[in-house]
Amino acid sequence: MKRFLIPLILFVVLLGFLARGLMLDPHEVPSPLINKPAPAFELSELAKPDLKFSPAEMRGRVWLLNVWASWCVSCREEHPVLLALAKTGAVPIYGLNYKDQRTDGLRWLTQFGNPYTLNAFDGDGRVGIDYGVYGVPETYVIDKAGIIRYKQIGPVTQEALDKKILPLLKELEKS
Amino acid sequence: MSKGNSRGLKHIMFALLLALTTSLAVAREAMPLAADEAVEKRMVAISDEMRCLVCQNESLSGSHAELAQDLRQEIRAMIKAGKSDQQIKAFMVDRYGDFVLYRPPVKTTTYLLWFGPFLLLAIAILTLINYLRRRGARLDQGEASEPELSAEERQRADVLLKQIETKR
Repeated sequence: MKRFLIPLILFVVLLGFLARGLMLDPHEVPSPLINKPAPAFELSELAKPDLKFSPAEMRGRVWLLNVWASWCVSCREEHPVLLALAKTGAVPIYGLNYKDQRTDGLRWLTQFGNPYTLNAFDGDGRVGIDYGVYGVPETYVIDKAGIIRYKQIGPVTQEALDKKILPLLKELEKS
Repeated sequence: MSKGNSRGLKHIMFALLLALTTSLAVAREAMPLAADEAVEKRMVAISDEMRCLVCQNESLSGSHAELAQDLRQEIRAMIKAGKSDQQIKAFMVDRYGDFVLYRPPVKTTTYLLWFGPFLLLAIAILTLINYLRRRGARLDQGEASEPELSAEERQRADVLLKQIETKR
């Protein structure tokens, strides 16, 4: 019996590793930007091209930066969640309209509703590169000191909101 | 007759014109590539070592994803700006993490990745040595303590052997 014990333990350990590997989503690459200052930028607003927006204006507030595009299908999936979140007034949502056309972006907002306080227009995707965006939608939670605290890769789901984002916002709001 | 002829002539002229324009187009497109050959070579060398985050089984140099094209453009711009390979690599890692590198750096979080296989190999070799030693010891012991047959047993064995021989 004893000679089977060690192989059995090894097998169970290996099984554990494989099971964990299967459950991980390879598309969720941990961002090196977590707990680092949100990269600075200055972009024109989507709706008002002559006005500029820069994250530095948000010092002292906890806010969300949501990267989206009119061509992005998953963005439609998360859109109702963002609309509902905006209605609660829990956190200001700022949009980064990524690699889009102004007219397309604006049309998309009138069609599906606008949860954003404001949208910055990143037509060539340069700011997206600085934020390490590799698949829209992506959402960043940024604290009062301008530090990125959390990144949601893929659509913001109600589950992610309830389990991670909202508790984190509460905590950040206190500090 | 003459109508058909003129149409044939038109076709030939059109074909000639087409041939001319295509050769022009090719000549025009090939130009910038040749001019930037050194930049292009370095860009490919760098991006070959990087993973495309959109299609993770492709390298950055080989991917057709739009992000990969943007990033290649970014690398080209950095090369032209005189950045070193190391700086370009740092630019990518700052944004996308070590995951973009096909050769992850050796540091505390990657020790298991780099040295894990050698650790497993060492364990396997030690287990093998241990097993062989034990087996050797068991065999030695077995030979040394092989029970001698008593006279009675030897007699019985002889009888049995003889029976077999006579049966043949």
